[in-house]
Amino acid sequence: MTAATLLPLSVMMPLLGAALALLTSRRPKAQRAVAVGSLSIQFVFEIIMLLEVDANGPLVMHIGGWDSPVGITLVADRLSALMLVVSTLVTLAVLVYAIAQGHSDGESREAPVSVFHPAFLIMAAGVSNAFLAGDLFNLYVSFEILLTASYVLLTLGSTLERIRSGAPYVVISIVSSIIFLSGIGMIYAATGTLNMADLADRLQALPATLMVVLQSLLLIAFGVKAAIWPMSAWLPDSYPTASAPVTAVFAGLLTKVGIYAIIRTQTLLFPGGFQTLLMIIGLATMVIGILGAIAQNEIKRLLSFTLVSHIGYLVFGVAIGTQAGLAATVFYVAHHILVQTALFLATGLVEHITGTTRIDRLGGLAKTAPALAVLFFIPAMNLGGVPPFSGFLGKVGLVEAGIATGSVTAIVVVAGGALTSLLTLLAIVRVWGRAFWRPRPEVEDGDPRPEHRVGGTPQGRQGREGGRGRGHGEARATGAAPADDQQPARVRQGISTGADLRSMPVGMVGATLVVVAAGLALMIFGGVFYGYADRAADDLTGNVAYISAVLGSGR
Amino acid sequence: MTANVVFAGLIGVLFASGVYLMLSRNLIRVLLGFLLIGHGANLLLLSAGRSGSAPIVGEDGVSADPIPQALVLTSIVITFAISCFLLAMIYRNYQLTRKNEVPDDPDDIAVDEMSGGGDE
Repeated sequence: MTAATLLPLSVMMPLLGAALALLTSRRPKAQRAVAVGSLSIQFVFEIIMLLEVDANGPLVMHIGGWDSPVGITLVADRLSALMLVVSTLVTLAVLVYAIAQGHSDGESREAPVSVFHPAFLIMAAGVSNAFLAGDLFNLYVSFEILLTASYVLLTLGSTLERIRSGAPYVVISIVSSIIFLSGIGMIYAATGTLNMADLADRLQALPATLMVVLQSLLLIAFGVKAAIWPMSAWLPDSYPTASAPVTAVFAGLLTKVGIYAIIRTQTLLFPGGFQTLLMIIGLATMVIGILGAIAQNEIKRLLSFTLVSHIGYLVFGVAIGTQAGLAATVFYVAHHILVQTALFLATGLVEHITGTTRIDRLGGLAKTAPALAVLFFIPAMNLGGVPPFSGFLGKVGLVEAGIATGSVTAIVVVAGGALTSLLTLLAIVRVWGRAFWRPRPEVEDGDPRPEHRVGGTPQGRQGREGGRGRGHGEARATGAAPADDQQPARVRQGISTGADLRSMPVGMVGATLVVVAAGLALMIFGGVFYGYADRAADDLTGNVAYISAVLGSGR
Repeated sequence: MTANVVFAGLIGVLFASGVYLMLSRNLIRVLLGFLLIGHGANLLLLSAGRSGSAPIVGEDGVSADPIPQALVLTSIVITFAISCFLLAMIYRNYQLTRKNEVPDDPDDIAVDEMSGGGDE
């Protein structure tokens, strides 16, 4: 029973931290200490929880002592525990990174009211709550918590560019939430319960046509959040405009929460439904996403497209549905959170020293910042699935599981997955070759598109570039203009372009290093982690342990 | 568990008009559409439970199902919070652009330039 108290605590810690951070908003040092402290404590709790769950099976907490089908239940099985540990590691690293960046960039202009820390911690609480939710409505509430916090983080500073990209993001998220809520209403009307363990039983008694309706409502709602094709167009548009740490944590976590919800509903509530359709959607997500990535000229946008593309692998893994397929999916989720976050953090460092993330303007970074080059290279190769990195291990697992099913669709998707992997490598090597390997291009002062140097151009990238172009001489003077004060980092860094690694704050490099190292640990201790993923998948295929833990062994 | 035709019709109308409004590019219309759909979804949730007298222990007769009512309270609060955020965002957008519409996407502009002038 004592171990089960860890479940609410790992949601409470960041919430408590958020409250304290809000109270200490006028004392930045105290606020940072509170934020880092609460996430660290949460991280320790979750590691204990992971070990406990792995040894003794799922942990269950009935909030307020109300028994399961009625009250709110928090459940942690192996999948939840793993997701919690990985996500908190990532949020903690990103928080340290953001603090270090804030120190050197002058946080006050980026976010006048220091709302970043509270919003960030509330988002962390929402993510934890989503992984622990034992009933659909609690899952909905945690989605709302993390989404509302993410709206704030995405539009931080409320500059024109962020409002522009924030508006579609907010509206699309709202629509998916409403679809989810309608699905919840219909499921309740059909079964009289929302507890997932209870539903697993009751849904089987429903007519097949009704099941299809309910399942598709949930799949569409989660699919939007997970950025599955054809519901993925919002992601590459909205993520890159946020500040580097925010993009990193969004890329690492938010889509994976959607994937987690899909894994949960596909294994627990609707086992085996829509398999072929999901495989085809997975294939389309992979291929269309990566084709988008190849066309990009901006690292952050390119990475956003690879993010979408690799969600396809996860959907494919869920669609396979066998124990081997789920094991590979669980492993791949953990891998992908770490790798994608590491890449966005490294890109943030590139932006920090050079002031741009446009590939055609970058160059020679391998010489000027060799340590950064290594930090980027490792997760980049990992994402591309080059052996022996963990991305390779996950993909091999998926390929094996796909072929083992023997269906033609699965084999086609496996072929598409291999193609996507190669194309990912192409896209990422292009970034590496241009930004890091080639000599620096001589366009530093001669903007190839002079008509875009007018600072007041309201449209996103151009406006930003313009602000930077002017920043060379008069950064402070123009800082007050609305189009310019959105990117103080860029403006300032524009003066000292070509700075080396010493100009990067220790916290930013350290945080990136931790995430990169965690990705490597996944490779080095691949056996241990894969074994764990295997056991997690074992839980998911039968769900006996989950259901009996929630409802009590009497059922 | 009798289906209430008035309820069903009302939910349908709310959803339909909400979707129509949300398809607009005008952010105020989007907000109004969200409010309508939000009410529709809340009503749907409310209608999921059994109706009856107040669910108090000791009361006679068929009592209403309290769970959807608890759920709907939560979701009303969420709808309210998000409407506030949307309003703030719309106002900020208006401050910056003097328009109520979603500004153009940089990718759309880039594609437009490429097809028009051969940018790259």
